[in-house]
Amino acid sequence: MRFPGPLREFGIPRLLIAVFLVVLFAVAVATHMDLQGLISDSIVRVGRNGILVLALLPAIQGGIGLNFGLPLGIICGLVGAVISLNAGVHGIWGIAMATGIGVALAIPVGAGYGWLLNRTRGQEMMVGTYLGFAIVSMMSVFWLLAPVRNPALVWAIGGRGLRTTRSLGGIYDKVLDRWLAFTVAGVRVPGGTLVVFFGLCFLVWLFFRTRMGITIAAARSSTKFARAAGISDERTRVQATVLSTVLAAIGIVIFSQSYGFVQLYTAPLLMAFPAIACILIGGATVTRATIGHVIVGTLLFQSILTVALPVTSQVIQGDISETARLIIQNGMILYALTRVGRT
Amino acid sequence: MDTGAPALELRSIIKEYEQNRVLKGVSLDVRKGEIHALVGENGAGKSTLMNILFGMPVIWETGGYEGEVLLTGAPVRFHSPAEAMEAGIGMVHQEFMLLPGFRVAENIKLNREPTRPNPASAILGSKLESLDIPKMRADARRALDAVGLGIDEWIRVAGLPVGHMQFIEIAREVDKERLKLLIFDEPTAVLTEGDAEKLLDIMRGLASKGHAILFITHRLDEVLAVADRITVLRDGEVVGTPDPKTTTVVRIAELMVGRPAAVKAARRFFAPTTEPAMGIESLSVDMPGERVDDVTLAVRRGEILGIGGLAGHGKLGIANGVMGLYPAWGRVIFGEKLFPLNEPREALQRGLAFVSEDRRGVGLLPEESIELNIALSALEAQGRFLHPSPIPALQLLNHRAMRAHALEMIKALDIRTTGPSQQVRRLSGGNQQKVCVARAMTLRPKLLFVSEPTRGIDVGAKQLVLEVLAALNREQEVTLVVTSSELAELRAICDRVAIVYRGKIAAILPPDAPDAAFGLAMAGESAQAA
Amino acid sequence: MRGARILRHLVPLLFAALCIFGIVVAKITAPFLISEMLVRMSRNSVLVLALLIPILAGLGLNFGIVIGAMAGQIGAILIVKWGIPGIGGFALAWLLATPVAVLLGIATGTLFNRAKGREMVTGLIAGFFANGLYQLLFLFAVGSIIPFHSPSMVLPQGYGLRNTVDLSTIQYAIDDLIKLRYRLQGVEIRVPVVTYLIIAGFCFLTLFFFRTRLGQQFRAMGQDPHVAAIAGIPVERNRIVATVLSTVMAAWGQLLFLQNIGTLNTYSSHEQVGMFAIAALLVSGATVSQATVGQALLGTVLFHTLFVVSPLAGKALAGDAQIGEYFRVFVAYAVITVALVLHAWQSARAAREARRETR
Repeated sequence: MRFPGPLREFGIPRLLIAVFLVVLFAVAVATHMDLQGLISDSIVRVGRNGILVLALLPAIQGGIGLNFGLPLGIICGLVGAVISLNAGVHGIWGIAMATGIGVALAIPVGAGYGWLLNRTRGQEMMVGTYLGFAIVSMMSVFWLLAPVRNPALVWAIGGRGLRTTRSLGGIYDKVLDRWLAFTVAGVRVPGGTLVVFFGLCFLVWLFFRTRMGITIAAARSSTKFARAAGISDERTRVQATVLSTVLAAIGIVIFSQSYGFVQLYTAPLLMAFPAIACILIGGATVTRATIGHVIVGTLLFQSILTVALPVTSQVIQGDISETARLIIQNGMILYALTRVGRT
Repeated sequence: MDTGAPALELRSIIKEYEQNRVLKGVSLDVRKGEIHALVGENGAGKSTLMNILFGMPVIWETGGYEGEVLLTGAPVRFHSPAEAMEAGIGMVHQEFMLLPGFRVAENIKLNREPTRPNPASAILGSKLESLDIPKMRADARRALDAVGLGIDEWIRVAGLPVGHMQFIEIAREVDKERLKLLIFDEPTAVLTEGDAEKLLDIMRGLASKGHAILFITHRLDEVLAVADRITVLRDGEVVGTPDPKTTTVVRIAELMVGRPAAVKAARRFFAPTTEPAMGIESLSVDMPGERVDDVTLAVRRGEILGIGGLAGHGKLGIANGVMGLYPAWGRVIFGEKLFPLNEPREALQRGLAFVSEDRRGVGLLPEESIELNIALSALEAQGRFLHPSPIPALQLLNHRAMRAHALEMIKALDIRTTGPSQQVRRLSGGNQQKVCVARAMTLRPKLLFVSEPTRGIDVGAKQLVLEVLAALNREQEVTLVVTSSELAELRAICDRVAIVYRGKIAAILPPDAPDAAFGLAMAGESAQAA
Repeated sequence: MRGARILRHLVPLLFAALCIFGIVVAKITAPFLISEMLVRMSRNSVLVLALLIPILAGLGLNFGIVIGAMAGQIGAILIVKWGIPGIGGFALAWLLATPVAVLLGIATGTLFNRAKGREMVTGLIAGFFANGLYQLLFLFAVGSIIPFHSPSMVLPQGYGLRNTVDLSTIQYAIDDLIKLRYRLQGVEIRVPVVTYLIIAGFCFLTLFFFRTRLGQQFRAMGQDPHVAAIAGIPVERNRIVATVLSTVMAAWGQLLFLQNIGTLNTYSSHEQVGMFAIAALLVSGATVSQATVGQALLGTVLFHTLFVVSPLAGKALAGDAQIGEYFRVFVAYAVITVALVLHAWQSARAAREARRETR
């Protein structure tokens, strides 16, 4: 089927997803649901997940493709969070400490990951996926054996091994969400988190207009071009990976404070996929992404996920939003994978 | 030695690519038992002719061709390589089409293996018939013997010497029973002298057995050694069919390159000095297909030096080697200092610039804007178009400066575009080339290498590009080294023209030297140096 | 490649060492081990064998075999609904699953053709996507849009299949076609004779296939699709055929698995099929581009031994079986990661050298 140019560029899947969202909202309105509540929840989800999606941008622009190895950065952030919790630091300082440690870890981890990606060109996505899985499951063993004695964090029986999830209530649950929060037209907006998200978006945008950023993006399309321009694309790819891993570490800390829980063990395993779907839905491809893609994609996908369950639960029993997520998320990634013109 | 209709006959083949006539009515025939050599520069139309013969999709996607192709007297029109092969056309390629993990016999019989029926094939079809290994080996043995290669037919191909691989390719074609025509495409390009000799022997042997052979090569001495007839192609036409018994290498070379100058560029107004701007000593470059082997050359300050020669002999390798794009060895002096090889960044920072022959791969970022493409090299190597900042890596782009400069360049080079932010891939070939030139000019180099400046550009734009280069040299005193397959354009704008033959400099001639001198040099008959 | 050869032997040896260590530490008895191994091999081997054809055809590790497993499950669900027991029921499930698997295999193969060079990721994601569709079908469509008059299988709300489907009517249908029991040190060991015959049959079929004309075409494609295409081999079509064969075998393999286990976890039985089968194959020293029937069988034994041994060893060593469970998952992921990295490293290096070589 040949569709007119602009429509084809926008993409049928994106169109379908946008239409689906509109339909959901229309049904919500028609059935007199709490629209403001739905919108509030959507906005919260955008702030919560946005940075993890943002983390994908440097990798795409750097020529690594879709960073399925996001869990590596996430683990760094989680280690930071666990340490800050163990130290009993509260509030904004707790977040700062978690972020600081996470970022400090993410730099060497990202560098190592970047080095590996340089050696495995052409299979970055697969290597990233399984490296991520392997590290997450290795950390699971570690969490069980962790030398942590803080009773709030470990299992009650046996007194050893971290709990699967740890509530952040009273520590730094929603600290950023509530900071600078405001309400407009009945919609609650988690100001602080959005400030951090948009702030980071701006910084990343700015970064890609600096010498280093321009160099990284220029090297992505071909090694030959990079070499002729005097750029070492091995170096720029590592830099892009480090940036991506660092943002992932920050992203999981912000996510956890917004969600209210720190989730260890197998939770990070599949976290790369929804983020990747977000950026793709926003219009990115395996070789090109912009800040606009990050924001629009997160908005679209997270809104669908937020709204689908309440709306459909009026009619359908069972959580169809989870099934819808599987279909939309993986369908979108599949679509992107089959459309790569050239590497 | 011809018995009946020729094995292959091409009658008035015409092919157009978007109103550009690449083949203007080519006719030739190959008789059984003869070796017919087809020579011509790159761009003369040989590959297009081969594509037509093999039914390559690209031919049909661009409007097909006119004229007739006859195989043993019967008209044919192939729409895929498989069809051509089925009909009996065999090709020995430059790049070996062998599977290293398979055994010699398996390669020889690839997709033509002899089989025996079995219960499964009775139900599910012939594809599931069992391989008849003994027969495979016997057939392979016969083919290898025909080619004179005594190796074991059951060893794996991986790790065999290059010469053996080439002969296995030939054995594979010879094994095809329905073979009517065998085409050799640059077969000796990667062989040693000894293996090349052996290959020519094999060719003679096959011809004497009655095979019809079409031999495409750039090595004119080989042509004279084995060819029964020669066809010289130039600009899509047959320009001569010299008799190998009486002609010379020089004459063939003349036919290949001699062409009335289609382009006239501005004549120079002042004589350059004889001071050397760059001294190249014993340069060797490992560029696949364009190896350079001990080139010594002095580039004079302020001159336009041309580098020419037949394809595959290394002319493109020189600039690529100096600029660090391919591994290079030797000694280069630039600006009175020793110049480091294999350092592209150094080259850019020391005042060199390069417009590569590989426009799309090396020259441009097609998805990015014109302004970014133009500014990029200078931004990287010289830190231009950036706002100052304490941390050099984090200097912000000075967009206004970049845009202003781009607009200047667009005007100076007359780049047809909707604006500086247009994506480069939307421009025509000629305008893309202008962007490449603009990028090199932005570096304000002292010495500029330009390779194939007008390849793939329409005539009007050709003129402009050459004039821009000449103006660069004249007005800004940039020393130019222009490498080109089009001898005419080199002779139009250069002060001196160096000819490369088999990786070395064969001669350096003034542009108005007689055609014969150029022919000699390109055929390697001259020992004249700078 | 030197590296590959060393690994071919080193990896299984390492694994065997790990298993032996675990057996000793957990004080596992011979009869228990033998019994477990016989059973696990019988129910997992065909799934691992299903991976061979795509590897040799150049498609890499078929992470999409979960799609075949789902086709098999559809067959099982139907025969339980229609209440057809025993070997008849099983045979019918087998027959029903096949066309479904063929269609799904064609779809998957077409996807692979659109994503050349990225087949493995595509297979992985396609598996997740298919899982979503599977859930849509069985969690929501069944009973509502698709009439399914079987209240015992359907959730109380009227639609959606229950989480478990009882397969006791066909349990051991193949295993016990020829009943063989063996007593060792007082422990009774079941020997599923017919299942092993079927596995042997598949082994033989695979070996036979690679000696046919079509098999030779597949092998050629696996080495260099470009050369194969020039030789006139229909590479794209063959890739789809390879995927179909793999998917169908996976469907049959999953049915063999289910008839031994006796219960179908509707939404999770198939989930880890791809990962476990692939890890099992790789543990034998097979790689992304090269694998033999012998390796498939060896790998199944080694991997599943570790699977059984690990939690027990964990309990004996650290007092916590959970460590053992996380450990065995980690090992599976690690083995796959290493194989992927090696494969990518070698191809990247070959590509780099080719660009510099004079052809």
